[in-house]
Amino acid sequence: MKVVAQRPESLTDAPFHYCPGCTHGIIHRLVAECLDELNLREQAIGICPVGCAVLAYDYFNCDMLEAAHGRAPAIATGIKRLLPDRLVFTYQGDGDLASIGMGEIVHASGRGENITVIFVNNAIYGMTGGQMAPTTLLGQVTTTSPYGRTAEQAGYPLKMAELLAQNQGAAYICRTAVNNPANVMRTKKAIKKAFQTQMQAKGFSMVEILSTCPTNWGLSPLEALEWLEKNMIPYYPLGEFKVS
Amino acid sequence: MAEKQILFAGFGGQGVLSMAQFLAHAALSAGMHVTWVPSYGAEMRGGTANCLVTISDREISSPLTENPLMAVILNRPSLDKFESRIKPNGTLVLNTSMVDRRPQRTDLEILEMPMNEVAEEIGNPRGANMILLGAYLQKTQVVQVDQALQYFEVIFKGKSQEIIERNREAFLAGVQYAQNNW
Amino acid sequence: MTKVLMKGNEALAEGALLAGCRAFFGYPITPSSEIAEYMARKMPKMGRTFLQAESELAAINMVYGAAATGNRVMTASSGPGISLKQEGISFLAEAELPSLIVNISRGGPGLGGIQPAQSDYFQATRGGGHGDYHIIVLAPSGVQEMMDFAMQGFDLADHYRIPVMIMAEGTLGQMMEPIIVREPVTDLPPKPWATTGCKGRKPNIINTLHLSPEFLEERNLHLQHKYKLIQEREAKAETFMVEDADLVVAAFGLMSRIAKRAVMDARQKGIKVGLIRPVTLWPFPEKAFQEAAEHVSKFLSVEISMGQMVEDIRLAVNGRVPVEFYGRIGLIPNPEEITRQIMKIAQQEGWV
Repeated sequence: MKVVAQRPESLTDAPFHYCPGCTHGIIHRLVAECLDELNLREQAIGICPVGCAVLAYDYFNCDMLEAAHGRAPAIATGIKRLLPDRLVFTYQGDGDLASIGMGEIVHASGRGENITVIFVNNAIYGMTGGQMAPTTLLGQVTTTSPYGRTAEQAGYPLKMAELLAQNQGAAYICRTAVNNPANVMRTKKAIKKAFQTQMQAKGFSMVEILSTCPTNWGLSPLEALEWLEKNMIPYYPLGEFKVS
Repeated sequence: MAEKQILFAGFGGQGVLSMAQFLAHAALSAGMHVTWVPSYGAEMRGGTANCLVTISDREISSPLTENPLMAVILNRPSLDKFESRIKPNGTLVLNTSMVDRRPQRTDLEILEMPMNEVAEEIGNPRGANMILLGAYLQKTQVVQVDQALQYFEVIFKGKSQEIIERNREAFLAGVQYAQNNW
Repeated sequence: MTKVLMKGNEALAEGALLAGCRAFFGYPITPSSEIAEYMARKMPKMGRTFLQAESELAAINMVYGAAATGNRVMTASSGPGISLKQEGISFLAEAELPSLIVNISRGGPGLGGIQPAQSDYFQATRGGGHGDYHIIVLAPSGVQEMMDFAMQGFDLADHYRIPVMIMAEGTLGQMMEPIIVREPVTDLPPKPWATTGCKGRKPNIINTLHLSPEFLEERNLHLQHKYKLIQEREAKAETFMVEDADLVVAAFGLMSRIAKRAVMDARQKGIKVGLIRPVTLWPFPEKAFQEAAEHVSKFLSVEISMGQMVEDIRLAVNGRVPVEFYGRIGLIPNPEEITRQIMKIAQQEGWV
């Protein structure tokens, strides 16, 4: 019998804890497949964020650390400086990366720190129960923007890929989405390219992945995918912002 | 030798810290225990600087004191600040080029030198602090002048030969000043 | 052995290098910046890592990552910076990552001043950040110990898998004294727990999240067990003329040397006074105080703070002997000042 699909070696057999319809599982799998295909599992060191993916160290079958909220790029820096030939990646959400960890991510990219950042943007704080994120869209209802986010009260959502692409130290910056099979495949390609950028010692790489949070958006998994396409993609355009 | 604590004080830029550092090196080279404690921070940036050197033939407990045995004072504000603190019957070395009043204490041994004028005379204005230090050591022998001279190369390690010579020349001018005037 | 004249901050930095410190991450702050500057000059030439971080938070988290690779790594700062680092120190403590943290301390609260102080004693000895933890805190009293404690600090950190702090007054960082430069350490302990890539073994995980209440408690009990062991084995104090003393002065760090001078001066005046110098601030050397409490009639804690270590002395002697306090902040008490305090007590007690 021919095997047509199986668990990547870079994932453990622990069942994901993510909510039904959450796209973290897809992204984990894509990261793991890229590690497998590039034969990097045994040299990979990953850093989990604070947020829904905090337990990712249970899922990735490689050396893993768990960081304080927002500090993953600083931890990755410490590791990479001492082990420059390893593959070092962080896996961060929007609150972690673009809010409390804004200082760390901007400076890591500015330094051209040779690490890879997997940035999962679902426009909301998932783990703490649906509060407003720095990437929450205008008008979007969250538990801390119950009447919908307004620019007057909370300012504008941050476009991280565009922001970081300006830094000279950034070597590869791309935004993708996981709302349909074609975009999932593009995301995988981008992750692979980011890992390759690091292994070629070109500098900082980040893939921003537009993702869903059906639970906190109050939508069914299918509706969430549609919402992403209709609302997020127009504000957060997909594509490569920096390639070197 | 009993423990001696010597305070150096003046404007930042007068070479207070470096002359004290020279003394500390000389004391170490002569095999004595020594500590060097600078004032630091905001004071260093343009204001007054001071530095306390403790020299002893035994292990030094406190590197600080309220009442130093000797004070080497390079400007008027430092005299105003520290005159009253010098130990009874202690020694006060004064740069009269920058101090326009007489000391009030009568119990002190007072050694005066117009340091900046002497430096101009020998054409070595940047060596002014070393002139005063040479005179001070010649008079007090806190560290033997011979020994200090012997270790000049060690103390100025890393500096160019020209700088070493300029400093030695200034130091010796001070030694001579003390022989003639103190 | 020839001695060289070195500044405290530089001796500490050199000691760390001799101990095999592979990386330094820091952020400038007076009066500790010379440590970073020394490392910036030396480390690149030695093929080691110096990185000026964008913030104190980033610096301590870089230490977290670098320590996780199994290397000896450190950071240095002063009061306000150490406050910012507390998040990372709590994480280091729970992840049991060996690391060296230096506090060349200045006066607070707030921005305070840049003059020497010991007012970070509570912060250092109570853990400082969130959660039930301790770090080992060493208080050097001279420039030689700045070097030696940096080296011993790394040994303790590796042995117990714990962050170690060296806390020294700003003055100690700035002052120069002749020291013997130690031999470099060549034999470092293996760290099989390090995250270095899982080639040839199962993946290693370094984390501090324990969602199961049972496991969280188990982790805490594990840490407490370790702390108890450290308290039993590593608490250290130096005593001076305590045997026949009526009054014992307590002081740590550079302050202890100034207090020693005062003790000697008061002895000259016929007062039976001694000194206890805690070398480790955590674990606090309770035994030295408990033993002295058998025969002394009073303790006097002298600190460059408004009174912090005095609480530990009171806890140690548990009401058996009165413990008085004398402290200044913004300046270091001179020996003459402390002698006057001793004489004041001597008069009150009718010893003179």
